[in-house]
Amino acid sequence: MSVPELKPLAAAPRVELKSLDTLWFQVGGTVCNLACTHCFISCSPTNHTHEFMTLAEVRRFLDEAAGLGVREYYFTGGEPFLNPQMEAILAVALEVGPANVLTNGLLLDPGRCARLKALEEAADYSLDLRVSLDGYDASSNDPIRGAGTFARILEGIRNLAAAGLNPVITVTEVCREAASDSGKERFFELLRAMGIHRPRLKILPVFQLGAEAARGGAYESWQRLREEDTPEDGWTHLQCSSCRMVTDQGVWVCPILVNEPSAKMGDTLADTLESFPLEHSACWTCHVYGVSCKT
Amino acid sequence: MSKLIVHRGLATWGEALVPLDRFRAAAAEAGVRLTPEEREAAVRSYTAAVPDPAPVEGPYRRIAVFGGVYNNHFGLAALLDDAARRGAEAVYCLGDLGGFGPNPEKVRPLLAQGGVRAIQGNYEESLAAGREDCNCGYTDPRDNHFAEISYRYTERNCSGGYKAWMGELPRRRRVRVGERELLLVHGSPRRINEFLFRSTSPVPFLEVLLDQHRCDGILATHTGLHWHRRLPSGRDAVNVGVIGRPANDGGTNVWYAMLEEGEDGLVVDLLPLAYDHQGLAAEMRREGLPEEFVETIETGWWTTCLEILPARERAASRF
Repeated sequence: MSVPELKPLAAAPRVELKSLDTLWFQVGGTVCNLACTHCFISCSPTNHTHEFMTLAEVRRFLDEAAGLGVREYYFTGGEPFLNPQMEAILAVALEVGPANVLTNGLLLDPGRCARLKALEEAADYSLDLRVSLDGYDASSNDPIRGAGTFARILEGIRNLAAAGLNPVITVTEVCREAASDSGKERFFELLRAMGIHRPRLKILPVFQLGAEAARGGAYESWQRLREEDTPEDGWTHLQCSSCRMVTDQGVWVCPILVNEPSAKMGDTLADTLESFPLEHSACWTCHVYGVSCKT
Repeated sequence: MSKLIVHRGLATWGEALVPLDRFRAAAAEAGVRLTPEEREAAVRSYTAAVPDPAPVEGPYRRIAVFGGVYNNHFGLAALLDDAARRGAEAVYCLGDLGGFGPNPEKVRPLLAQGGVRAIQGNYEESLAAGREDCNCGYTDPRDNHFAEISYRYTERNCSGGYKAWMGELPRRRRVRVGERELLLVHGSPRRINEFLFRSTSPVPFLEVLLDQHRCDGILATHTGLHWHRRLPSGRDAVNVGVIGRPANDGGTNVWYAMLEEGEDGLVVDLLPLAYDHQGLAAEMRREGLPEEFVETIETGWWTTCLEILPARERAASRF
């Protein structure tokens, strides 16, 4: 039960906010209908570290974001579609900018997919969905995401495709071959076989936090950024130079560190326009693997 | 199943579990809490105007603006005729002279003959600096594969003099049309290779961008797809499209913009332009350029650079 002491190295480099282009919403909190063994924030049906966000809360931040010229909105969780206000939230967001939803695909029944398509068609801006999948078949995916999930995820993807929406399939490198060209081709074949003519894929490395720390191992002490790691052109390749993450408990530096209170930057976006110390091990992953959570 | 119940009353803090209240209390304490005055000041400083020493050209009554020549000298010749016929007083090019098409050196004399005032695109910047790649900003390996073929071909077939000339082009220009001061850039005022697609360039973003860069309109290219938004403030954001290849809409024509002083501000016309696309296709084949590129010229549908398209623009494409 002890709180892990964060021991910042003497000189963690700082990342400036170059421009606030991408605003994330932890709209599903840490509540999820799955409990994936690689989840870096250990989401589960009973994890209430962060709760659902309400439409009113989201609207308040969308208003503030407009004044700062935010370009795009991302919605994640937990599972966003567990939030009963999710579709209303999307409708409001699409009035002011493009929206992206990261979902596990389990709640994408034909009715919901048709409503999402209607939202997409009515909007002036892009609506994009991202569905997580962690293997080419049940025997590789289900040990990570849960028994029976492979078939249910594929059903969700099929429902989206049938409604005329082409999701980006997100695969983590827990699936070992995913990053190779032949691995990607296997996913493309799987999706083409489901009638998706233009398959889209995003590969993400794992963050050794939360449930993943127990599954694949935690970070070691050397996995930290130091001042001398600062690239010539600065830290603009990191998403935290152009994003912030809003949860029901305030504004955080990025989507990865919402379970680190030290990564909370303030209560409004205006509080969070300053630089942030890259003192967390996850910062090392973003730098070394060139990660961006964006699509 | 133990994991499903383990969180009851607990929160995840990094890799540990702590009582929920303890996490909430720590989160409530964390970060900064500015006063309302400090918040206003922080936003003011964030959205403050960016200094721009570019001189203002004009004023003109009517100008033609195009981007993305991509070595298409057939398209450029057609554009110069069309713009002159429509009475453009000045002709501006927003960069990306090379790539995709054949024989880069055929473009250069046309630019001079037409009195075209150009700015640098990422292609000019990369060629002049001797970069290894075009810095187009693609993320997909297939897109990058074809971008590399384009860049290598153009790099090999451009003279040192042409590259040096590219390096001397300004990165932005300011032009007055009637009462309106327009900022001409390649990608966006912030980055030479930023993509301004219609479906991902929302109104609030554009309004702040125009505030920061103190202009009545922004003209950009880089994406290859043309669009125009009249903003609630009455100002304009225009992607003028490209004349190097069609707009992924099944038509063989290309697009450019005519801007004119009107009674209620700026009149923005996005114009389709027909040119000898069969001549271009034949020359591309003679030069041994990829059949994928030639197909785009002949059919009007993109076969490469597709992965960078937002969902909306991608859904409208054939491939």
